Amino acid sequence: MALLEAAGLRASYGQTLVLHGISFSMEEGAITTLLGANGAGKTTTLRALCGMVRTRGEIRFAGQRVDGRATEDIVRLGIAHVPDGRGTFANLTTEENLRLGAYTRKDRAAVETDLERVYGYFPRLKERRVQQAGTLSGGEQQMLAVSRALMLRPKLMLLDEPSFGLAPLIVKELFGILRAVNERERVSMLVVEQNAAMALDLATHAYLIETGRIVLSGTADEIKSNDAVRRSYLGY
Amino acid sequence: MDAFLHQVLAGLATGGIYASVALALVMIYQATHLVNFAQGELAMFCTYIAWSLINAGVPYWAAFFMTVGFAFVLGVLIERIIIRPVENAPVLSVVVVFIGLLVILNSVAGWIYTYTIKTFPSPFPEKPLFGFTYVSSHELGAIGVTLVVLLLLYSFFRFTPLGLAMRAAAQNPESSRLVGIRVGWMLALGWGLAAAVGSVAGMMVAPIVFLDPNMMSGILLYAFAAALVGGVDNPAGAVFGGFLVGVLENVIGSYVVGNDLKLSVALVLIIGVLVIRPSGFFGKVHVTRV
Amino acid sequence: MSKRALIALAVVLAIACVLPFVVSNYRTFQLTLALIYSIALLGLNMLTGYNGQISLGHGAFYAIGAYCAAILMDKYGVPYWATIPVAGAVCLLAGFLFGLPALRLEGLYLALATFALGVSLPQLLKYHHIEKWTGGVQGIVIAKPDPPFGLPLNQDQWLYFFVLAVVLVMFALGWNLLRGRIGRAMVAVRDNHISAEAMGVNNAMVKSLTFGVSAMYTGVAGALGAIAVQFVAPDSFNIFLSITFLVGVVVGGLASIPGAIFGGLFIQFVPNIADEISKAAPWAIFGIFLIGFMYLMPMGVAGAIRLGLARMARRAQNSRPGPGAT
Repeated sequence: MALLEAAGLRASYGQTLVLHGISFSMEEGAITTLLGANGAGKTTTLRALCGMVRTRGEIRFAGQRVDGRATEDIVRLGIAHVPDGRGTFANLTTEENLRLGAYTRKDRAAVETDLERVYGYFPRLKERRVQQAGTLSGGEQQMLAVSRALMLRPKLMLLDEPSFGLAPLIVKELFGILRAVNERERVSMLVVEQNAAMALDLATHAYLIETGRIVLSGTADEIKSNDAVRRSYLGY
Repeated sequence: MDAFLHQVLAGLATGGIYASVALALVMIYQATHLVNFAQGELAMFCTYIAWSLINAGVPYWAAFFMTVGFAFVLGVLIERIIIRPVENAPVLSVVVVFIGLLVILNSVAGWIYTYTIKTFPSPFPEKPLFGFTYVSSHELGAIGVTLVVLLLLYSFFRFTPLGLAMRAAAQNPESSRLVGIRVGWMLALGWGLAAAVGSVAGMMVAPIVFLDPNMMSGILLYAFAAALVGGVDNPAGAVFGGFLVGVLENVIGSYVVGNDLKLSVALVLIIGVLVIRPSGFFGKVHVTRV
Repeated sequence: MSKRALIALAVVLAIACVLPFVVSNYRTFQLTLALIYSIALLGLNMLTGYNGQISLGHGAFYAIGAYCAAILMDKYGVPYWATIPVAGAVCLLAGFLFGLPALRLEGLYLALATFALGVSLPQLLKYHHIEKWTGGVQGIVIAKPDPPFGLPLNQDQWLYFFVLAVVLVMFALGWNLLRGRIGRAMVAVRDNHISAEAMGVNNAMVKSLTFGVSAMYTGVAGALGAIAVQFVAPDSFNIFLSITFLVGVVVGGLASIPGAIFGGLFIQFVPNIADEISKAAPWAIFGIFLIGFMYLMPMGVAGAIRLGLARMARRAQNSRPGPGAT
């Protein structure tokens, strides 16, 4: 049974149909990337998975139907969303942001261990633990957003353009940590990216979306060597 | 000098009450970006409930805590039942709903309890404490109760997970949903707390101004002004504003223009402050990026 | 204006002219008041609906207009119809002057400033130093005007037609203003004042002018109101009047000229209906009406009508066969 399955997903903003019935799935332990240009519908797909946008079609997580459910309930099933724009609580401290990630958990002691582990991945966050989160740099806020998601101990992480606005070196560091988290803690990841090259290095599987439709799917290697993709999205 | 000191201290006592109501206003404003114009009437209504309890023979402090509990529940219910349906309506339409609520509460209180003024007991002794004749023990007690309430609220928001969740929901509802916070219920809780704080303010002020359905309208106005002077997105500012306005009102009323015009003069002064510092003393100056 | 709208307007006007002859004098008087309120509401709507500045103090301008009329008629023997333009001019100036310092205040802060105005004015009117003009707490009593040229109308009917004429003039002027450059500038300032400024709109001038014009309309209404009620006193112009005006504008429909008429009818008649439903707590019933209206029509009556018409138009379009259909 796949961890996540979407079938015939349609989503609209007002009168405009943005997703025209997409279907995809991902296995547990995989890192899947959703590639596409600006406006293709990638962010909408993630938002649909979280119940933030009204959709038609089916979404199954670990066999359970989640379409039509409220975001707050979907989170409790173990799906953590790192949103586009990071969604930082700017007026709260770094540590308060992290603790909010664990808001739905009841195991207090384990939360403390997770906090230390997250500081282990991102020592810079520990340095800034009592600083107001809004004053952190772009890269640090991205790390904070990822860490907040990790504090949920999620089964699935949804990441919306984690490389956006970050220097290439920082992106490399971040993606390295994501791979480590995926391998060590078996956290599955669905990563939406415009930066196709780096995403295909990180991912095991990939889908290509164009104007609300999936046009290509396969393993990351297959997609990387696809001629059309290489020309349009990888630039060579 | 004596009289002046007395006016200042009495001003601090009423100021504490303004600070409490101002804090309630700011709490709801931070969560919803709406000013709850019905805050005063809610407080007044709950004070009447306390009065009924006391008249039925319930001892003061028992009635006090029962009323605070009742106020909390009433606040939650009002948010869930009356405010929720207009959550996404334009701001002014929600303001009209608040006005409707205000008018209903005022009218029902007048209907049940009539408009004759009633006395409300004070839990503090008649005689001035420690022979301190500058301020009555009730006024001193009121300041004390206000400070305790404010301290409790501060600790709740700063140190408890639920308080943190409420702050998060007020600042950034979308991100809050993404960490599993039920934003709707946080709003309802906020209303409950604001109503509870308001009821305490009502019970502290009733012995001074006597209980009648229109008791809180002047107070609401001063609380509103206090919240703005302090900076409407700043709870500590609201508290400061409350004390400032209380003292100003008393001093102006006694030394500058009699009681008739003190409301107008105090307001004009406050407007003057706002024209010079539009975000209030401690409010965040909002820089808009184009 | 479209042909359909013109026909609708003509029909409404015809009905309006016939009404005073078929209903009781008291009803005519109530309709007169509703019309007077609609002028005030159009003024407030310009400020709040079209220009986005909130005012919780327009009752003050109504009061100033009313007192202008009363003082001119009582102390200087000015005929009633001449007091209207004077009241308008005085309020235009007063509104403009108030609008200037208020420029720095936005949203809530402006609401407080106007609230202060609304609360202070009755107190000021009672101030004993100016009692010899304002008549202090007791106010001023004035006489009801008689129909001119011996027309076969009674006083209530004449007053109704006089007010109706003023309504037509004021609404026509308002319509012209709002459709023209100034109206568009007002809306631009409301929607995005930074862009408006960048496009050459003088924000400060537009905002203060709008305040002035809005106050002028309300002042004219106040003068008419004084003449209709034949009496002015400070306590009739308390903060509740300002709040009632705001309610009327929202219920009628923001940024809508016909909304002012709906609003005027609402604030005149609904309290009466509420009173009939419950003598004990009429305002509670009124409050329930308010909340109910906002649940059902958050955009006001005018907004609901607009939505309804749009829906009917869409349905008519959908049922018409499309191109290429057989």
